[in-house]
Amino acid sequence: MSAGAAAGAVRTMVLWCPDWPVAATAEAEGLTLDDPIAVIEKGLVYACSEGARSDGVRRGLRLREAQARSPRLRDFPYDPVRVNRAFEPLIGALEEMSPNVQVMRAGSCALRARGPKRFYGTEHVAALAFLERFAELGVTEARVGVADGLFAAEQAARLPGVDLIRIVPEGASPEFLARLPLQLLGEEELCALLWRLGIRTLGDFAALPAEDVRSRFGEPGARAHERASGTDPRRVVPRIPPEVRESVNAFEPPLERIDQITFSIRAEADRFVGELAAARLVCTELRVEIATERGEVRERTWLHPRWFGANDVVDRVRWQLQGGSTIESTLSAPVVRVRLTAETVDDSARHETGLWGTGSEERIHHGLSRVQSIVGHEGVLTASIGGGRSPRERQLLVPWGDRPPTPAAAPGRAAPAGLPGRAASTASASGALARIAPTSASPNGGARLTLAGTEDMIGPSSTSSSSATPTSVIPTSATPSITAASTAPGTTAATPRPASAGARRRGPKSSARAEVAPWPGSLPPPLPTTVFEQRRQVLLLTSRNELVDVDDSGELIGEPARFSPDVSSRSLRPVQAWAGPWPVSERWWDSRKARRLDRLQLIDADGTAWLLALDRHLWWAEARYD
Amino acid sequence: MTDAALDVSSPASAGEDIRALQSRIAQMQATKLDTRAVRTHPAIAPLLPGGSLRAGAAYSVESSTALVMALMAGPSADGIWCGVVGLPDFGVEAAARFGVDLERLALVPHPGDEWLTVTAAMADVVGVVVTRVPGRVSDGALARLQARIRQREATLIVLGDWPQSEATLRITESTWTGIGAGHGYLAGRQAMVSVTARTGNGRPRRGRLWLPDGDELFRPVIELPGMAGRGEGAAAVAASAAAFAPAAAPAFAPMRLLREVNG
Repeated sequence: MSAGAAAGAVRTMVLWCPDWPVAATAEAEGLTLDDPIAVIEKGLVYACSEGARSDGVRRGLRLREAQARSPRLRDFPYDPVRVNRAFEPLIGALEEMSPNVQVMRAGSCALRARGPKRFYGTEHVAALAFLERFAELGVTEARVGVADGLFAAEQAARLPGVDLIRIVPEGASPEFLARLPLQLLGEEELCALLWRLGIRTLGDFAALPAEDVRSRFGEPGARAHERASGTDPRRVVPRIPPEVRESVNAFEPPLERIDQITFSIRAEADRFVGELAAARLVCTELRVEIATERGEVRERTWLHPRWFGANDVVDRVRWQLQGGSTIESTLSAPVVRVRLTAETVDDSARHETGLWGTGSEERIHHGLSRVQSIVGHEGVLTASIGGGRSPRERQLLVPWGDRPPTPAAAPGRAAPAGLPGRAASTASASGALARIAPTSASPNGGARLTLAGTEDMIGPSSTSSSSATPTSVIPTSATPSITAASTAPGTTAATPRPASAGARRRGPKSSARAEVAPWPGSLPPPLPTTVFEQRRQVLLLTSRNELVDVDDSGELIGEPARFSPDVSSRSLRPVQAWAGPWPVSERWWDSRKARRLDRLQLIDADGTAWLLALDRHLWWAEARYD
Repeated sequence: MTDAALDVSSPASAGEDIRALQSRIAQMQATKLDTRAVRTHPAIAPLLPGGSLRAGAAYSVESSTALVMALMAGPSADGIWCGVVGLPDFGVEAAARFGVDLERLALVPHPGDEWLTVTAAMADVVGVVVTRVPGRVSDGALARLQARIRQREATLIVLGDWPQSEATLRITESTWTGIGAGHGYLAGRQAMVSVTARTGNGRPRRGRLWLPDGDELFRPVIELPGMAGRGEGAAAVAASAAAFAPAAAPAFAPMRLLREVNG
């Protein structure tokens, strides 16, 4: 303004909260900033607390190294939503004092200095007022920088030192910036080059002729040059304050009963939905935050297949409070506050009901929502088919209205292990890798193979190693869902008996293939019509009333002759037919999820077929074909 | 008094009378006009009284979820929503293979004490309600539910007993193929399905179905001439298949084959 150098720059004030991602995380996790905390993004330290810094943790460090330097380090993934949301109240408070605030990123915001200066008298007093307001909200670490231009003001705020408020006099920004190191420009490539050219400070860079910088470094270089010389042309672009998307209900005194709470928020929910409607918006995603007297905050995001009406909002709050209990039940701690936030809003025009209604889908939706209000959100489910080997894990049940879950991990990751232990055939491994048709060469019938191992699934490593070991027709690393009959003599291979053996690493892993992955080793059709929610223990005995078991090589010990669908020996009945066992060994690399089973299909005297699994020498019924 | 009443008729003939009266009552109750037919899978349609499922009627299936799925397949393919209440062990993937559209399937596995309310609320919106009656429910409640079903023109399929069921379906015998003593695996099943209608002479209709066959289709077992026990039944199947064929999904393709076989 007054000085020629700062002609393009506007007097700007920047408020900066140091280590904001850490501060927000610490608050959410109930820690203090003195604890060593690091926020991790992509395996690198994104931000760390003072406690961690004193142990030598720095931004950009790898997590392992940070943990080595600070053994007590608590690390949290960087959650931009949480960090930004925590900053939101501060912005709101600032906007109440002075309009037109620009949020640069979570933890730092800018505003034009002219307005506050006029209102409060001087820039210093204005800055002090803002800091006081922040301190009231619990942020004591904030700093203010005032200078010509956004860049200079930001640097003034971020300059290390004890001053909480740093004001660069009007027109003095170029001199202020001149002493600062080049790296502050945040242009790594440019800085590296300039460094090699012998330029060390922003002043050195600013001293270069602007025309030369532009012709050599192009537009980005020219902009960096403008910033370095204190003529940052960027203006504060105030954000548009969010529409009425939030509603806070504070209860004084705190409420203990769910029905009281739902009753009290009903009016507020009406207002919330009404105001959105007045702004021609509908809420499709709602966040409910419930704070209790003990200081715990339970939050959850709810989706709606259409959009939230007032009743739906009340229902969601109730379900969240309930968590499975009935409406009369008392909560663990009295609730002091319920906060409703519209996470996603949509133009209401897109959700208008047609002149003659939107037909049956809407009716279904209303009906199912009603059922949901009776049995709870998780009570009404829609189903889809996912990946997996056990019938239960293949069915994905999602509460009505929620998004379907992401597809399960690819079988490339959930590699089964079933190597033929004693194999006699010298069938080439590459032949085994090809998809084997569900018909086999068995002249005796009954011996059929349905193996869905594809070439993609099995890496080259297994090819090479299986050529060392003679292999049967069973793909080496795919668990055979069904093996050929061992009792059939004269089949091509001698007796392909899968035995539990060491597994080997799979070939290329591809997440893109996860959805269409064939899941070798899953059940062949027909599929069981009854899939037990909780598997049931059953009895499987030989004709001499000994328990049937499987030995280390995967062979049955004893022939199944009598079966009981529960553990009592009274309901024992003869076995008509049976087949198996087929070993399943999944996720051997993960000790918590690892699973080792032997499956068996069985038909009892009534003609009902069962899918049994032997787990740690006990037989369980997984499913029934009835 | 009571002795005199006993003297009038022997217990046997009294039972006979009661049965005759009951069947007359049942027949009179059945003369309800304009019950709407619901599209039914052609394999199972000829076994049902009236040749198809009826809107507003209840069907009871004895202990076979596969039969339930076979009943659901037709309406679901027709775009009707299905609701499954109180069956936590319902095999969803098998249902999908039977032809039940999962996009139009809602499950309430654990209605708890609210079974009646939930089932009634479900009957308001979906076309086919599948349920199992939990423990103790009063006859009055069941009658109310039946009335609601009739009023809303939903079809109720009950796994287990139902007092006013239009027909009771059960599998009297089933033979599995592909599995032996220690070899093979379950590949297909032939089941003898027997349907006892509420009205009629009390003799069940029987039909042998693949439930399902090796290609996961369910269809009537094609009986060779001479072995055929129910020639007219097969013809009825063929006729309904012809009616069904234009809109039929590829899954029903074997029906056409059957028609050719029959003539």
